[in-house]
Amino acid sequence: MVDLIKRAKELIETSAVRVVIGYEQGIGNKTRALFVEKAEDAGKLIFDSRCVQNLAVYITKKEIKEKGKMAIAATLPVMRSIIQLASEFQVNDNNLLVLGITAESKLIEFANLVEVETFVHQYQIEIDARNKEMLDKLGKMTQAERWKFWIDELAPCFKCYACRAACPMCYCHRCTVDFNQPQWIPVPSHELGNLEWHIMRAMHLTGRCIDCDACYNACPLSIPINLLTKKMLEDAKEHFGGYQPSLKGDHLMSTYKPDDKENFIH
Amino acid sequence: MNIDKRLVRRDSLEKLFDILKQNSKKIYAPFLKNGKTTFRDAESFAMISTGHIQTTESSKDIAFPRTEKILDYSKGKDGLVVKGIDLENLPGVILWGVRPCDAVGIGALSSIFNWDYKDEIYNSRLLQVTVFGFSCNKSDEYCFCTSVGGTPGNTAGSDILFTRMGEDGDYLAEILTDKGITVVLMAPDLFEKSEIAEKEKFLAVVPVRFNNKEISEKLDKFFESKVWNDQSLICLGCGACAYVCPTCACFDIQDEAHGKSGSRIRCWDSCGFSHFTLHTSGHNPRAIQSARWRQRIMHKFSYMPERLSVFGCTGCGRCSRACPADMNILENLISIQEVTL
Repeated sequence: MVDLIKRAKELIETSAVRVVIGYEQGIGNKTRALFVEKAEDAGKLIFDSRCVQNLAVYITKKEIKEKGKMAIAATLPVMRSIIQLASEFQVNDNNLLVLGITAESKLIEFANLVEVETFVHQYQIEIDARNKEMLDKLGKMTQAERWKFWIDELAPCFKCYACRAACPMCYCHRCTVDFNQPQWIPVPSHELGNLEWHIMRAMHLTGRCIDCDACYNACPLSIPINLLTKKMLEDAKEHFGGYQPSLKGDHLMSTYKPDDKENFIH
Repeated sequence: MNIDKRLVRRDSLEKLFDILKQNSKKIYAPFLKNGKTTFRDAESFAMISTGHIQTTESSKDIAFPRTEKILDYSKGKDGLVVKGIDLENLPGVILWGVRPCDAVGIGALSSIFNWDYKDEIYNSRLLQVTVFGFSCNKSDEYCFCTSVGGTPGNTAGSDILFTRMGEDGDYLAEILTDKGITVVLMAPDLFEKSEIAEKEKFLAVVPVRFNNKEISEKLDKFFESKVWNDQSLICLGCGACAYVCPTCACFDIQDEAHGKSGSRIRCWDSCGFSHFTLHTSGHNPRAIQSARWRQRIMHKFSYMPERLSVFGCTGCGRCSRACPADMNILENLISIQEVTL
């Protein structure tokens, strides 16, 4: 990614931004986030198909935000997350510059988030074939079978909350599960506690999740929790004709339209 | 202790499993699901995963469960009635397929649970556990047991340590404790007397990567270092590292009430979480992630050696494998060793 390295170096040298968020080589075949604050570190930036961690998670992190204006190497899922975060007033043109990376690994620098939104809206969020097949399989199960599937899958969950920590949309300083007086969701990881946590997570992400799979990729036990949010996306497609994050913030779950087809809302 | 070495034929392990089951022992063994290995109640020998270098989860769950009820209470006419859990009738458990870096972690856990207060629940559970260690014949770039005093064939923590002598070979069984002898007596024919050569040549080679004593000494003066911030910028603040760790022992106490009765529950907690040290006043003494990361390293490599004469790290590498942000403890320890004050 010669272009990215060159641009990151310029941005730091000219003090256009304080930090460039990108990827670097990790251990073995892994890649990890890199925060370039000195021009000489820009050379460590890499980009290839292994770079799938959703870096948007870092732009709401206190320690990173405090550095000053950020630039971020953003793939399509990262750009979608940024638009969603912007609509929730977590990020704006004053503190973020987006260095888009296209599917062809080409660098596009966006002047502002409106341009990022235009780019993002060219592509529909599509659930991949393997997960689609899994959703179909789950859909065909009886309620009892589906219940058993989820009880079994969620049993190993020990509530490390890596799914929450890796998700750009889970930026709350204090999550509902962390409250114990009163306790809304059981804190311990037992059958009910795990079930309630994952259902709540899916509900809080409905109409906000952009299907990046960061939660699943982060899970140390590879529990397919992303199937829950994918199912929500699928339902959104069926009932509302799909979902795209937008700067207007017309969120699927919190928008009212006078001409809604449902009667109960009038 | 006089270590008794026996030969266990490669096809005898399954027989041993069946005999133990017939003696109504619960056997917890590595189980593969979704590409990850966790310890589960094994119903059959075939269920046991063997191909892994390391299990994704440690086996600490068996003596220190992620969630355990410590008492029940109810409020009635006669006032408050509190009922503790029955520690007399805990089931006997065989922990099968534990790596030496996991088995040695039991010692570290035990020292925590018996430091200033003897944790009766933990101790009672552990008393019922017999550990079948399995030496490592392969390792990967995450392993560093030899840097924290272990070896791929370390006997510490195991009641019996099995070492496979070559791929598809028979096993050398080192009978290390009375609990181990009890198992041998259940299936004496399977543990053959034999003149067995050294096991070393069958073990994985894990090079020493840092000087642990030097790191411990250095940490004394390292509290204000900027390495904590540099190393933890990528940290997402989850508890994956702590929950897969064989020696992390922090827990939370939660009450689950249902009307006038309820239970008090002990469940895992992690110093990586921002609310772990959050005071009722709203003040948080570890307000930023770097302070939490520093605590993790300090606790394992400075406070524990100082107070308990044991490292809080066995070099199993699980935390690094599990980290969703690819934070690597070995790399970070080496960089602490290299950095000048």
